[in-house]
Amino acid sequence: MNRYSRHIILNEIGQSGQDKLSNAKVLVVGAGGLGCPILQYLAAAGIGSIGIIDFDVVDITNLQRQVLFGTASLGQNKAEAAKKRLQDLNDAINIKAYPEQLSYKNAVNLFKQYDIIVDGTDNFETRYLINDACIIANKPLVFGAIYKFEGQVSVFNHQNGPSYRCLFPNPPQKGSVPNCSEIGVLGVLPGIIGTMQANEVLKLILGIGDVLSGKLLCYNALTLQTITLNITKSNNEIQKVLKTQHLFHKKQMTNNACEVDIIDISISEMLSKSNIQLIDVREPHETPKVENLPITYIPLSELENSLDKIDPNKVKGLFCQSGIRSKRAVSILQDHNINNCVNIIEGAPEIINYLNNQHS
Amino acid sequence: MTITIKYFGLLTEATQCHEESINFSGVLVSELLENLFSKYPALKHKNFQVAQNQVLVPVNTKLSGNEIALLPPYAGG
Repeated sequence: MNRYSRHIILNEIGQSGQDKLSNAKVLVVGAGGLGCPILQYLAAAGIGSIGIIDFDVVDITNLQRQVLFGTASLGQNKAEAAKKRLQDLNDAINIKAYPEQLSYKNAVNLFKQYDIIVDGTDNFETRYLINDACIIANKPLVFGAIYKFEGQVSVFNHQNGPSYRCLFPNPPQKGSVPNCSEIGVLGVLPGIIGTMQANEVLKLILGIGDVLSGKLLCYNALTLQTITLNITKSNNEIQKVLKTQHLFHKKQMTNNACEVDIIDISISEMLSKSNIQLIDVREPHETPKVENLPITYIPLSELENSLDKIDPNKVKGLFCQSGIRSKRAVSILQDHNINNCVNIIEGAPEIINYLNNQHS
Repeated sequence: MTITIKYFGLLTEATQCHEESINFSGVLVSELLENLFSKYPALKHKNFQVAQNQVLVPVNTKLSGNEIALLPPYAGG
């Protein structure tokens, strides 16, 4: 009997659908609570090529929900331990383990080798990195995230659909949203949410059903209520990522490049950092002024004579009207060996607009 | 009008409930939020998006629906 006969007898799948699954290449980022059920079902379904990236090792507290692992896997790298288990589950597929951390350096090139990227990570920093790399590499992203008894599922960047940033433009401040290790999670919840993600992956590949693109499914394990919200695409958010895509490559080069690069960041990223100094390098007469934030005013023309106004212990975020003079200003400061200076990509009017759109 | 408000994730720690119905006569979503912030001061510092009748909307949208959901991002996995 064919391993996939229960798939093949479904009219919606058939042999041609099963062939699509065998030809598909899926990368799962994170082999934890979400990653384990995702990987388990994708491997069993016969996805021909599966990548698993995770730098972490299996810990005894993982076994309450990370069902691919047993006590024999304790201390092993998760990507490698998952591969071992999955290869036993299905030896007819190709599984590649990447026992490393996803980073700005490796993300885009890695994503380009796969058809679909699945987010099973546990922190905002990596989630935004995955989202942005998917936009740059033009890959659909199957997203899932959990909090205590609740989960969220969506498919981003699919056929010009919305991205994670269209839903939540700015990463929350570090530490403002606790993770599972800090507050706990019902063990079965990532199993449910991860299985929903695997379902979206199969639908994407098979071209059947309605993909959760442009929608966010919210699930509550205690009430069994689900609510599906419609997300509007924000071209502005996607363009911002594309405009700063050189960031990824620059970070890739920092290891072997001697020249100092100018780092461009958005105002939202800047404000998520602690211990910052915001510097307006426009001339005194220029408006609009950014209000409600402490700003140091140093016109570009006076910058080299005003270095004493720069706080050496803070991260300096420079801005102007459009982002051009501030870039020049960062370069001048770097020439004076002043470190920790970044160029804010938005100009003053956009910064004000951003601040006005915040809740508080 | 009567509006049902749903709170998700860690917002329920600020509100101590998942759902409530309130009578509100304001015009904009932002006015409703101001009202909720005075009721639940801890809510003001939370990161969330607003959905009106299951559609995510900016806070300067006119209140037209009878269901508002406040949705924070989740990181866990």
